[in-house]
This record gives sequence, C-alpha cells and structure tokens, in this order.
Amino acid sequence: MQENQQQMTQIRWHGRGGQGAITAAKVVAEATFKSGYGGVVMAPTFGTERRGAPVSTSLKISREKIYDLSPIRFPDIVVVLDYLILNEVDVTVGLKPGGLLIINSPRPVSEHSFPDFRVAVANVTKLGIEAGLRKGIVNSGIIGALAKASELVDIEMLSQCIAAEFVGRKPQENAKAAQLVYAATQICGPSTGDSNA
Amino acid sequence: MSEKLIDSGNNAAAMAVQLAAAEVIAAYPITPQTPLTEKLSEVIAAGKMDAEYVAVESEHSALAVCIGAASAGVRAFTATSSNGLLYMSEQLHWAAGSRLPLVMCVVNRGIGAPWSVWNDHQDAMSQRDTGWIQIFAKDHQEIVDMTLKAFRLAELVHIPVMVNYDGYYLSHTYMPFELPEAKAVQEFLPPYDYTHTLDPEKPESLNTVTLPDSRNDIKGIKRPGYMDIRHNLHQEMRQAMELWEEIDADYAQRFGRGGTPILDPYRCEDADFVVVAMGSIANQFHVVVDRLREEEGLKVGVLALQIYRPFPTAKIAAALQNAKGVMVYEKGLSYGNQGALYADLKSALYPYANRPHLHNFIVGLGGRDIPTEDLFQTLKTACLSGDQNAPEQADTPQWIGLQL
Amino acid sequence: MPDSRFKILTSASTSGPGDAGRTGSWRVERPIIDLSRCTPAKTGKSSCHLCWLYCPDNVVSKTIEPTIDLEYCKGCGICAEECPVKAIEMVSEEEFVKGTEDE
Ligand code: SF4
Ligand code: SF4
Repeated sequence: MQENQQQMTQIRWHGRGGQGAITAAKVVAEATFKSGYGGVVMAPTFGTERRGAPVSTSLKISREKIYDLSPIRFPDIVVVLDYLILNEVDVTVGLKPGGLLIINSPRPVSEHSFPDFRVAVANVTKLGIEAGLRKGIVNSGIIGALAKASELVDIEMLSQCIAAEFVGRKPQENAKAAQLVYAATQICGPSTGDSNA
Repeated sequence: MSEKLIDSGNNAAAMAVQLAAAEVIAAYPITPQTPLTEKLSEVIAAGKMDAEYVAVESEHSALAVCIGAASAGVRAFTATSSNGLLYMSEQLHWAAGSRLPLVMCVVNRGIGAPWSVWNDHQDAMSQRDTGWIQIFAKDHQEIVDMTLKAFRLAELVHIPVMVNYDGYYLSHTYMPFELPEAKAVQEFLPPYDYTHTLDPEKPESLNTVTLPDSRNDIKGIKRPGYMDIRHNLHQEMRQAMELWEEIDADYAQRFGRGGTPILDPYRCEDADFVVVAMGSIANQFHVVVDRLREEEGLKVGVLALQIYRPFPTAKIAAALQNAKGVMVYEKGLSYGNQGALYADLKSALYPYANRPHLHNFIVGLGGRDIPTEDLFQTLKTACLSGDQNAPEQADTPQWIGLQL
Repeated sequence: MPDSRFKILTSASTSGPGDAGRTGSWRVERPIIDLSRCTPAKTGKSSCHLCWLYCPDNVVSKTIEPTIDLEYCKGCGICAEECPVKAIEMVSEEEFVKGTEDE
C-alpha cells in the first residue's frame, strides 16, 4: 500500500519566458509515459512571468502513480535552456550531490565548474540553426542532451514525440536538432554516471 | 477501446465533456479555467463535437444560457473559476431552484480582492449554500470519471452538479489518465431525456412569483408553495447521495474504476489519527502518511472527502468516530469563524460520545506553496499534542506557512 | 429521465383564467368595450387584439368582437390603458349594483 519508497526521477527545468521550457518538459513527459512510466507529472510553475524572465518547470517520473504534486525541491536533474541564466538564478539549489546539470552553452564543458555535480553541455543554439531552425529555438534540441546524459528515454522515442509536438512548426528540423545535440553532448563529472545516486 | 494518455487536467475535463455529448456550452474565459472551454470551442469548430458553443459577455450570462438550454431539454455545460463563479452566484441559485440538471467544472482559484490567479477553495466554499451538488477531484482520472458521473447524477436527481478541481495543481499539470471509449460512455449516459421541458404547444410560466402557500392551478392541480420547493430540494439533495453511490457502482462495473464515491480512505483501517481534506492535497498526504508511519510509528491515515454537498454526515462520522484525532486541512475558511469543512465535520461528530479531538489547519490560500515537509511536521505535532489544547484553542485554525 | 424516487418540485404556472383563483370578486371597476370604436369589431377582421395580449389574467377572447370573462376579470384596467383607440372604459362596479336596484 505505501507509496513513498517509489523510485522517482525529478527534473527541474530552467528557461526564460517564451523559450519553451514547458513544451520541452511536456515532450519528455509524453515520451517517458509512452516508454512505460506509469507515474509522470509535469507541473509548470506559474508566476507573473513575462517574456525573458527566468521560469521553471517540474517533471517527476516514476514507474508508479505519483501522489505528491508539490514543486520539486531536491531534483536529480536540472536542465538549463540558456547558460546566461546561471548568472541570475542559483539553478543548482537542492540538486542532489552527484546530480546531473544539463546546460545549453557555447562554452566547453570544462569551463563550467560545478565540482559536486555531473555536468552535460551542448551548444544547443548553434546546433538548432544547423538543423534548420530559427535562431533561439532551443527547447527541442536540449532534449537531446537530456537523453544522452540521463539515459532515461530512448532518443528515437523522443524524436517521435518532438515531431508530434511540433506539428506545423518544422517537426523534422526540431527532431533533428535533438539528434544533433544528442551526438554532440559532452559530459564530465564526479560520479559514475548514475544520476539517481 | 479506452485510451491511456497524458495531458493537462483542463484537457482531461474537455475530453470528458466531449464524451458526455453536451449539446450547449456557454462560457466566459477566466484563468485557470480558460484552456478547458477553449479546447471545447476548438473541437466544436473543427466539427468533432455536435454542440452549440455560445460565447457570452459574462459568467452570469454563461449560466443563464445553460439554464435556458436545460429548460428546453438540452444537455448543457459551463465552467468557471474564482470571481467568475461569484459573478454567477445569482444564477447558481436560479439553476438549483429550477431543478435543472446542469454540470459545471469549477477550476478552483483564490478570490479577489486582491487578485490571485492561484489555487485555493474559497470560490467553491463561498457558494456551498446555492443548492448545487459539489464534488472534488484529486487527479486527472477523477476529473474524467467524476464529470461523466456528474451528468448522470444531475439528470437523475435534477439538481445541478459542480465538479471542482484545483487550479494549476490539476488544471495545468500533465499526468496520465485513461479515457473511456465513446460507445461505452453513450451506454452509461444515454441522451438527455427530460420529461418536463419548455414546449411552445403547452405554454407555461416558470419560476414566476411563487406564493408562500401552495395553491390549486386552473386545472385544479395542487402547485407547491416556495417553502415546499425548498424542502424537496434539500431532502432530495440528501437522497442524491444514494444515487451517487449507485451511479459509481454502475460506472465501476463498466469501466473498472470506482468504489470510493463519497470517502476515499488511504491507510485508515487501523488509524489513530486521520487527516481529512478535499482535492489534490489529499493525495499529497499519501506520502506524508507513509513517512509518519515509517519514521515515527504513528498510525495515521488520510480520508479524502469526494463530495462536500450533500455533506455525508453519517458516513464521515462513522469513519472517524474511533479515531483519537482528526486533522482537517482546508484551503478556505469562513472568516471570523473556522474552516467551513472543519465546522461541518465537528457538527457531524457531535452526537458521538467518543468523538476524536479535532485540529483545523488553513493551508495554501492564493497558491501559497504547500511543502510536503510542512504537512509532515504539522501533522506530526498535532498527533503528538493529543487533546491537551483548551477547546477554544483547538477550535482556532492554525495557518500553515504564514509569512507575517 | 429523472429517477422515480425523486419528486422534483418546481414552480410553473399555466396561463389561463383562474390561475390566481376567482379573481372576478376583486373587481372595483369593470372594463366596457365600445364596439363602435373597437377595430376588429368595426372592420370584421382579426386585428389589434392588444387587450387580449396584455390582459394579465387571460380573460379577453381573441375574437372579432372581443369579450371579457367577468368571472375572472380583476378590473386592473390594463386593457383600457393599452387599447390604441381608447375603446375600453373602466366603469365603477357601483354603477352595475345601482342598475340592478333600479330595475
Ligand atoms: S385593444 Fe381596443 S381596439 Fe384592440 S381589440 Fe381590444 S378593444 Fe378592440
Ligand atoms: S381589466 Fe382588462 S386587463 Fe384587467 S383583468 Fe379585466 S380584462 Fe383583463
């Protein structure tokens, strides 16, 4: 009967209003659900956010039904859609030691110093343009970095879900962006690679 | 085949209304309800739902349109939140007094002033005496199931039903749920067949000035006075509880989900302490209950109240009378008194000699964060404190997470 | 279809003479139609009938010569007020009481 022992992966997404962090989290929610996770909860945090202001979204993933809908306090994974947010927001607050930090950044992974965490970096903005997207579309691409670094969901399933979500808005290019990012993501960090540690 | 999918609570509600084959939808947008009726307007515009969408200029008109439609024998639906519900208030009474089988989703949100777009239950609680049946969903599956069952209940008892679900926590959150197959729903909920509708061939005036006393009409038939109409509304709303259980049993047989239409207990069988709450927070308590049992050895359970009006007086008293303590967590209150649910519960327990000691907590007003840790700590303290509080003190609601 | 266990009481009234009882006894003034001025009576055509439309107790007939059912006419005078050609006069009931005495 008891539920709190459940294995849960908690992902907090940081982006800017209008950048599509919610859409990205929604795509991952859909893909994990379709991959057999019975408990998936994607809860956007609604504030008085405006375009450009930092925003965040919660995504909880578990094999069993999730009962606690409160915002994530201790994430296993943090996804940052724009590395400049690092200067404004302490994105690692609550991140479990050895947790995974995924950043869209033009700088190599070695230049992002977070000794307590595994860090995955890709230049999502640049790869998005290479995939044929307008400059600044990063929410599809960043999913590729999450897929590579977390191994939560298969990139094929994610690509399908991206194409379905972006119907009428360059679905193939968006899926391709995720694939390019998947291939280019660099990872370094303290732990053995288990983001749930 | 039923379909398993993941989507927002508002979309879940919209899909249920589509399955219920509502024929008239009238609504005015208000956060966080808007995506629900927006979705319905989309499916109607796309020809996927055979219904009339009436865009109105206010919530008062939205319900007035539904009242007109239902009076003419048509299945009608609306949805609102917060101040929108209050703006409907006069029509809420009208719909219930006319005994019209309407269904409305209320996506619960704090009331202004000052403006808040975030969740609490003050909107629904402030309208509890309008003569509507009020039910509360805890997750998306319940939004779907309760909405379908609500149409059936409303049409059997001729009392309108409000399906409440938490703004943002449920309305904007994505989670999995199962959508029943359209054909099976049609069998569960056949087309609306109201025996007494407006008919130009037999003109009638409805709800004109009704005398204090009953009277004979021109055919010598006895017509009720105002008080008789009120008495039957009250009496039949209480009777509706029984039908709600029957409908739930039928639904469970057809769709495999149900069994807790009135109270939904979690780990209550041997519980010394029971939390009572409505809506998504009751589910949040599952993890709190598990931890308190495991870490503190406290026998705790949570009892979710699924239906608030009619109030399940006897059932809830029976479920709680053997507990040592009952903790009511609610997202609204009757200013200058206590939480409304707490007061109702206390009154239900009054006749029992061994009644538990009670605690009242006010939580999450206007979207104030409800950390699970705070629920854990306050509940633990309440369990350990026992009934050492003076009665007046025990009756004073404790506010969780104040930042004064 | 409502469940048979429920007796759904609502307020509805069918329009027609007598919905409020024997209202003829309330009358202190009686409407008298001057048929020489009344449009349908003069033209022989079914027209006007505003008295029929406005009478709150439905006691005026929609006939070529409109007639008033005095059993239920409560003497409110709305017909006289609405008649566009002022064909209806409200006459004190006392006149009729006297009339019988005189005979
Ligand atoms: S309103 Fe006057 S004119 Fe018209 S039908 Fe009546 S009595 Fe005749
Ligand atoms: S006075 Fe005229 S309007 Fe009034 S009840 Fe009599 S007939 Fe009807």
